[in-house]
Amino acid sequence: MSNVISHIREPLVLGDRTVHDVTVDVAKSVEGKANKWWWICFGVAVIAALWGVLCITYTIAVGIGSWGVNKTVGWAWDITNFVWWIGIGHAGTLISAVLLLFRQKWRMAINRSAEAMTIFAVMMAGLFPLLHMGRPWLAFYSLPLPNQFGELWVNFNSPLIWDVFAISTYLTVSIVFWYLGLIPDFAMIRDRARVSGNKLYDNVYGLLSFGWSGKVRDWARFEEVSLVLAGLATPLVFSVHSIVSMDFAAGIVPGWHTTIFPPYFVLGALFSGFAMVLTLTIIMRKVMNLENYITIRHVESMNFIIILTGSLVGSAYITELFISWYSGVEYEQYAFINRATGPYYWAYTIMMTCNVLSPQLFWFKKIRNSFIISFVMSIFINIGMWFERFVIIVTSLHRDYLPSSWTMFHPTFVDIGIFVGTIGIFFTLFLLFARVFPVIAQAETKSILKEGGSQYYGNGSNATPVKEDGVTEEPGESEDGEDSEENNTDNEQ
Amino acid sequence: MQRTKTYWKSTEELENKEGFIEQQEKEFPEKIPVDEFLGDESLNDSSTSRRDFLKFLGFSVGAATLAACEGPVNKAVPYLNKPEEITPGVANWYASTYIDGRDYCSVLVKTREGRPIHVEGNTLSAVTQGAVNARVQGSVLPLYDSGRYKAPSTAGEETSWSKVDGDIGAKLDKIRGNGGTVRVLSSSLASCSTRAAIHEFLNSFQSADNAGSEGEEVAVDAKHIIYDAVSSYGIRKANAASFGKDVVPSYHFEKARTIVSVGADFLSNWVAPIQSMHQYGESRKVGQEMSMHIQFEANLSLTGSNADTRIPVKPSQYGAILANIYNEIATLKTRPQIPAAQVSGEMISSIIATASQLLQNEGKSILVTGSNNPDHQIIANGINSMLDNYGNTIDLDNPNLTLQSDDAAVGELIADMNAGKVDALLLYNVNPAYSLPNAEEFKSGLKKVGTSISFAGSPDETVALVNHVCPDHHYLEAWNDANPTPGHYSLGQPTIAPLGKTRQAQDSLLLWAGVTASYQDFIKKYWKENVFTKQTTSLTFTSFWNQCLHDGVVGVAAGTDDDAIVENGGGEDETVNSLMSAAVAVQGETAEGDWELQLYEKTGIGDGTHANNPWLQELPDPVSKVCWDNYLTMNPDEMKDRGFNTVLGQVQEADLVEITANGVKQTLPVYPQYGQTKGTLGLALGYGRTAAGKTGNGIGQNAYSMCSFNEQLHYQVGNVSVSGSVGKYQIATTQTHHTMMGREPVRATTLEEFMGDPKAGNPDVTIASSDHKQMKAEELNLWQDFDRPGHHWGMSIDLNACIGCGACVIGCGSENNVSVVGKDEVARSREMQWIRIDRYYSSDTDKHGSLNLQEIPSTSENLEVSFQPIMCQHCNHAPCETVCPVAATTHSNDGLNQMAYNRCVGTKFCLNNCPYKVRRFNWFSYQNDNKFANVNPAQDDMGRMVLNPDVVVRSRGVMEKCSMCIQRIQAGKLTAKKEGRKIVDGEFQTACASACPTHAITFGDKNNPESQVSKNEADPRSYFLLEELDVQPTVNYMIKVRNKDIV
Repeated sequence: MSNVISHIREPLVLGDRTVHDVTVDVAKSVEGKANKWWWICFGVAVIAALWGVLCITYTIAVGIGSWGVNKTVGWAWDITNFVWWIGIGHAGTLISAVLLLFRQKWRMAINRSAEAMTIFAVMMAGLFPLLHMGRPWLAFYSLPLPNQFGELWVNFNSPLIWDVFAISTYLTVSIVFWYLGLIPDFAMIRDRARVSGNKLYDNVYGLLSFGWSGKVRDWARFEEVSLVLAGLATPLVFSVHSIVSMDFAAGIVPGWHTTIFPPYFVLGALFSGFAMVLTLTIIMRKVMNLENYITIRHVESMNFIIILTGSLVGSAYITELFISWYSGVEYEQYAFINRATGPYYWAYTIMMTCNVLSPQLFWFKKIRNSFIISFVMSIFINIGMWFERFVIIVTSLHRDYLPSSWTMFHPTFVDIGIFVGTIGIFFTLFLLFARVFPVIAQAETKSILKEGGSQYYGNGSNATPVKEDGVTEEPGESEDGEDSEENNTDNEQ
Repeated sequence: MQRTKTYWKSTEELENKEGFIEQQEKEFPEKIPVDEFLGDESLNDSSTSRRDFLKFLGFSVGAATLAACEGPVNKAVPYLNKPEEITPGVANWYASTYIDGRDYCSVLVKTREGRPIHVEGNTLSAVTQGAVNARVQGSVLPLYDSGRYKAPSTAGEETSWSKVDGDIGAKLDKIRGNGGTVRVLSSSLASCSTRAAIHEFLNSFQSADNAGSEGEEVAVDAKHIIYDAVSSYGIRKANAASFGKDVVPSYHFEKARTIVSVGADFLSNWVAPIQSMHQYGESRKVGQEMSMHIQFEANLSLTGSNADTRIPVKPSQYGAILANIYNEIATLKTRPQIPAAQVSGEMISSIIATASQLLQNEGKSILVTGSNNPDHQIIANGINSMLDNYGNTIDLDNPNLTLQSDDAAVGELIADMNAGKVDALLLYNVNPAYSLPNAEEFKSGLKKVGTSISFAGSPDETVALVNHVCPDHHYLEAWNDANPTPGHYSLGQPTIAPLGKTRQAQDSLLLWAGVTASYQDFIKKYWKENVFTKQTTSLTFTSFWNQCLHDGVVGVAAGTDDDAIVENGGGEDETVNSLMSAAVAVQGETAEGDWELQLYEKTGIGDGTHANNPWLQELPDPVSKVCWDNYLTMNPDEMKDRGFNTVLGQVQEADLVEITANGVKQTLPVYPQYGQTKGTLGLALGYGRTAAGKTGNGIGQNAYSMCSFNEQLHYQVGNVSVSGSVGKYQIATTQTHHTMMGREPVRATTLEEFMGDPKAGNPDVTIASSDHKQMKAEELNLWQDFDRPGHHWGMSIDLNACIGCGACVIGCGSENNVSVVGKDEVARSREMQWIRIDRYYSSDTDKHGSLNLQEIPSTSENLEVSFQPIMCQHCNHAPCETVCPVAATTHSNDGLNQMAYNRCVGTKFCLNNCPYKVRRFNWFSYQNDNKFANVNPAQDDMGRMVLNPDVVVRSRGVMEKCSMCIQRIQAGKLTAKKEGRKIVDGEFQTACASACPTHAITFGDKNNPESQVSKNEADPRSYFLLEELDVQPTVNYMIKVRNKDIV
């Protein structure tokens, strides 16, 4: 673990945190009481989640006729939500695996929450393929189980089957990877509980930490396994969404049948995934008092990725348009004319604005270095990416080959309720996670503290902590902190 | 040293006291006071051991648990004594006759285990030739309507037949004794025996027994009056005037090479639609002999949408057009002209062209007009007789005997009733309280009638007002016969024992007339006397009768003694005079007001008798594609001018307007109907029922009230006013896009072009291969082909023959237990029908000329309508099959795309990936969900009896689609196998193919080069829908050929 501190590089952790400070900061959210903001967020999330559960129950009881789907548009919000959530679930693995391989140290402050986000998002995503089935209780038919019919297998030609494998693999690897990283941190909480005499925490976290001893041998193995898993997870980042995209690309619906889809979807997924990480970390930073760990540098780095992926997604949109014209196929051509000018033009406009235009604002340093603007933009991108999937699915389906079957899709309250509900469930899980698990990979973060060199190099302006004891501050006051932080970055220039 | 340890529980034990040893043997140290808590001494004597008790307990708990676990058990009780003719699982077919007022059709009824479940046309009939329409196909469902009367009733109270017979008998005897007026009001009766039975009934009032107490004759005025809600009285009156024959002639469209219709929707409801549809199909066979069809009309009717040339006109112009056509022909034939009103220059050129077409095919042309105005009909008669069509395309000698309505007599009856002159009124198969424009007058008159009796088998608006209801059988429970045209007889036999305590109306009449014979015997007698005597094939009546029962129909020498034909005078002078006076009357007709209203009947609902039949309600109107409603049809241009919504959809609702016609004000939605003549409105009759039953009540508005009734019923109303929008209303349509968007799902050409080059309108579709070669799509293959050594079932659809009537839709629904889903679900684009008929409007605008491909020149004379039946195309490279994750949809080795319902988990990927969008998803449990209680017949025990046991009823969450009637294929294969022979082409048919009155749908084995489908596929007109996708559909289409080069 390199501990080289460079003059030139800005510190990744602000506020002159010592190794012990990190421990305290991270453990605080687990050991201490939740603050007001947490409760407010949690309350809202639970209400949304309950509403979602109600709508899901209604759907299962009555049938998916309670949705707006029809004989022409067989998939709508269900699969839109599915792809959206899967896309969101992408950044986590990218941050933890790909950035690990690329030795991007800044990932350490956010990888834990990004991974948690991934897992919860994939769970939410997984809900939709189940719910969109006419008979969800027979979902196990889509597993290649031995059965009494002898040679009755699943249809390996079907992209939906590939989905089943891709998503379950992705979820498994993500959970393992996430859990592995948590082990030293659980051990930290266990050790603290043992000292403070909290039996419950001692036992629970003792169990969860698998008897982590912190010996060099443990660390060595930990590092090795992390690398191996990162190697395993990296191709998954690309495979999952490629395969999800084949749900469409393997179909013959104009607007779906496109070879550009796999890379286009992966990029879109990273794009939306980073947007969601931004959304979450900016909230978490406030709610969990992590201003020193999640800094504007993190936000800026993520914004860079957003510019990149956003631009690539934009060029994919343009390529699609070009190819549809170039193909000379009237159905393809009409599908894209219809997207832009048909009855769902507004969805297309939202998609184009949010996904192609808005990230371009991040070329301006001022904009990408602002928490508030970044937060707002991340929401825009989340919306835009949802509409991207809506546009692909609904506008392609609603007017395909035979004009006689053309129709419109209009969501019902159940469609909306389930979507809002999954957001609620997601945030409920995430907020619970933030209270129970160490939200920052403290063991790793400790490796990037500048502590060791500070007395030699001097802190200068860049190490000026915003607040010496941000730890004890109420979150409500931290707005000032943000401002001063921004000032701080300005000063640097 | 070993020591033995001692354990003790108590000191007593340790010390081994006396008494302890005693106690030790007992389980309980003290005696348990069992007696006390059981109390009952007798228990001591009981021999029930604990063991027994546990046994009983175990049994009871087990039994109770098992009983509680019992799932829905459907009992299949085997026959104790199997009836000889019934083999479970094997259908029995019986020949019978569908008679419903004006509709007559010889049918075959499919019964399974004693239940009629499906109706098909009887191909032996020389009159209907196996054709059926949607109403005939759907006629099996009302049999199982749980709303049908199950017993007679008096004053609304259910009672017994003996009681009713006693009451009515007494009342009728009183009339016989004291004199009075008896009226039987019935619909047109195709049945000769029924007419005879009514005659018998009426005669019973005249007989000598009725002599009054003082021996003098008591005058009883007993009459039979025939009333049809939609009357053809005008035709009869006209023929009486022109030719002295008070009949509706038989029209023979199959013999015509020029067909001109002025407002007659003869393919849908006019005169004899079932026969006309078949005949029309015959005359439209592509080739040099193909007929040309010119239609002048206001609404875009089913007939008009099939016309080669359609000229939108106002109803008030019908007379002028007829007169001008007459004059045009008269000029060319140098005959005297008749007075005629002026028409516009544009119109006159159409009329000249029409006249010359008619004249070109003198003796092989036909002109019909749908107006019930005798004057119009007289001019039409004049044209046809000038063209020498009588005896060729129009047969007056063998007239249509199924239409007998007499509007004038109905008017008299109502007057008599209101005057209190009618002592007894028997209503048979009529519902005047609903269908008369002056229904209120009728109702008030009905209150003054001494005894009113209705034979209605199920509730209607009139029944509530009568004294006695003597419910009639459904036609499938009853004996009947029909004599549609002289020399043709059709026998109706019951196919099931009556489901309720109903009695055939004819039986009731005979009983009250004092005839002891049952109606069955009465028919036999009638046939023995009137039919048997005219035939020469059978020696004995028994063999004749058995043959008739078997065949259902018989053709004999046409007699002239039929009581239905009334001839009176009529010479040449009279004919000319009547023509002149008619022409003068017609000349006086002028357009009145801003709007004219043309009332029409829908193909499915007809006159509204069957409003309670959900199959018919859910049948999309062939032209507008609207289900479950009637509405005002208006030209979209005029709607835009008035700010009405012309784009209807799930959330785009139609505007409601208030319409006032004939002093009747109603609120109705406006539907944008392309091709509607400007300044006219269309409105369907048969809706707005209030007492039809749970399905039919409250659908649409009653348009009968807007008809006018002076001498005869008129279905064209002038001086109509329409308000602005007064609200919004959801209309449920199955198709919201009306153009082909520059694509060519329906290919069409003109006859001229086709005769020059049969491939002209049907070029081969090629696609570019990876090495830039243009190849036929089917030559490119992503898949490994596999052999189809046995059969390869296929279908062929002749777009030129398809008239869009929708009989196939009902036939398929009946055969395959397709769920009815109701208006709300249809509005959400979730109809379940496995076969649909796409309807496209097109015009001669350049495909690439206009960017807006949705634009339709709404009143353009070039407006063309194309119908295209679409069912599962059974693609050989089926895109649905590859995407199903659980392999629930697969390909059979005989070429069928199959669904394994119980494997389906309902991902709907197949639906999305189907380029034809023919897959249907069970969004709800239509059989159980309360939402469908009023619409889905499978929701009650009676309604379930109509289900075809060969086809599973699909559960919620399952995808379904056309199976090409695999159950019929399977049955056909088995029959051939058992008989050790090869399958003969056409031996069995899919439900849609057998329902098709014009034989547009052909089913067969594509591996058999001699089969009709193989021949059709090789035809130059053949093409495949969306061929370029290389999904290799099995169903091939044959392009439409329009016979238009003039007009």
